Amino acid sequence: MITVTNVSKRFGDFTALDDVSLEVPDGSLTALLGPSGSGKSTLLRIIGGLEFADSGSVVIHGEDVTGVVPQKRGIGFVFQHYAAFKHMTVHDNVGFGLKIRKTPKERIDERVNELLKIVGLGGFAKRYPSQLSGGQRQRMALARALAVEPRVLLLDEPFGALDAKVRAELREWLRRLHEEVHVTTLLVTHDQEEALSIADNIAVMDNAHIEQVGGPRELYDRPANSFVMGFLGPVAQVDDTLVRPHDISLLSRPEGDAREAQVTRVSHLGFEVRVELQLGDGQPVFAQLTRTEAAQLELSAGDIVWLALTGDRDARLVSEDDRLDAVA
Amino acid sequence: MSTRIALRSVALTYLGVLVVVPLAMIFYRTFEDGFVAFFESVTTPAAISAISLSLTIVAIVVPLNVVFGLVTALALARGNFPGKGLLQAVVDLPFAVSPVIVGVALILFWGNDGWLGGAFPVIFSLPGMVLATVFVTLPFVVREVEPVLREIGTEQEEAASTLGASRWQTFWRITLPAIRVGVGYGVVLTVARSLGEFGALTVVAGGVAGESQTLTLLVHARYIDDHNTFGAYSAATVLMGLALVTLVLMTLLERRREA
Repeated sequence: MITVTNVSKRFGDFTALDDVSLEVPDGSLTALLGPSGSGKSTLLRIIGGLEFADSGSVVIHGEDVTGVVPQKRGIGFVFQHYAAFKHMTVHDNVGFGLKIRKTPKERIDERVNELLKIVGLGGFAKRYPSQLSGGQRQRMALARALAVEPRVLLLDEPFGALDAKVRAELREWLRRLHEEVHVTTLLVTHDQEEALSIADNIAVMDNAHIEQVGGPRELYDRPANSFVMGFLGPVAQVDDTLVRPHDISLLSRPEGDAREAQVTRVSHLGFEVRVELQLGDGQPVFAQLTRTEAAQLELSAGDIVWLALTGDRDARLVSEDDRLDAVA
Repeated sequence: MSTRIALRSVALTYLGVLVVVPLAMIFYRTFEDGFVAFFESVTTPAAISAISLSLTIVAIVVPLNVVFGLVTALALARGNFPGKGLLQAVVDLPFAVSPVIVGVALILFWGNDGWLGGAFPVIFSLPGMVLATVFVTLPFVVREVEPVLREIGTEQEEAASTLGASRWQTFWRITLPAIRVGVGYGVVLTVARSLGEFGALTVVAGGVAGESQTLTLLVHARYIDDHNTFGAYSAATVLMGLALVTLVLMTLLERRREA
């Protein structure tokens, strides 16, 4: 378990972290999710000992490591741009931490080969990092971090430099690796899809604060505020109610308290249909329908429809400020 | 297409007239009377003493400036301390100041009538020549290494520290291998400049043949004082040869390490 208590950090005039507290449960895969500049990487680097907090404390597995150098924290750290040791082979990269610990050569070879097999780089031991693709380099970096059997694994935007397809593959792969190795993992990302798809626990950060911590479903269905709601998925606003666009249904005739609206545009996006509408007072709204729903309504621009809010009431928020606009 | 050829011709002619032809003429004059005459001219006691003195100076100056250069480059690229801007400027000072001024300044400081009142036997002997050469070659390693340090960034070093490497281990195993090409170029330039230093040495070196006469001073003495033009050409060729050998050695070392 990683416990961060009341950590603050400033860089000159810029406040990177303001009294932040966080618990990362043992064996979990926790994501620190937030926009750039929200302080998530700084928090990760403070946990890893690459930066030191101005105030507050960091405890890893019961040991207070607040002032401890990274060498003595028992962590594995993976960087966005791989930080591969370019002058060393893949084997020597992965074996670096063991060599520093004066592990016998046979033991290093054994462990390196085992890890390279786990990360799917079995035949690449003699290559140099420049001969690997981005995805392979990052898998090598993961093997290197795991080689020293860290108590916690810290990943700083590990897939951020990779193209979309490789990123999706590595996400899945990391998820499976975590199920096998089960080391407590904290991953920094700005990609909400990435966080939702692989993490079992997510801390959403904004503006030097943690806004909400919870499971993916909890955060999506019960957002604590408009920032979390907007960062985790699309949001539509009907009067002062914030609602997921798939929780808006369209009716062909008035019913209950449904509101009249005019269709301005219909976009077919594969499995979903996006309908842009205008309410009576001129406010624009958009709704997500399934293909079947859209087909039944036979919508086209100019049509008049009636708009009703469906779905879970707790998934809605009353707009409290204008922060949502900044996100959208 | 024709402009490109024209530009290339201009560049090549410029290089040829200013560099290649004059140097080639020295080479030609050196071996005009055959290799034996050249060999005899560069193995006189004064010549041998000059060659070994020049090489001794290089052997002392290079390690000093490599260590100083690495420490300074690390401070400039990684550090954040008051007076960093001043250090940046001071490192370049030897480029800006004429070597003759360096010589005069050394005498003012170390000489018999200087601040230290001649307490140390520096002027007109090896220490003075080393000091002068250290001064004029100070910027090379720093200026070659600093941009490489900035380019490689700190991620590899941070990764090494999270894997348990101490600062010292990180420097030897990660940083130094990453900047070795920059260090290599710095060394080549330092060697070449050390061998070629003349201005500061005319002031602080006694120029006594067989004692305090470096190769450059020998070339000058033979040419101006002794009117021994052939001797001057031969010594000049040795000087060029030494610089060339450094360059080739460094290139070979680099290739072998990359392989």
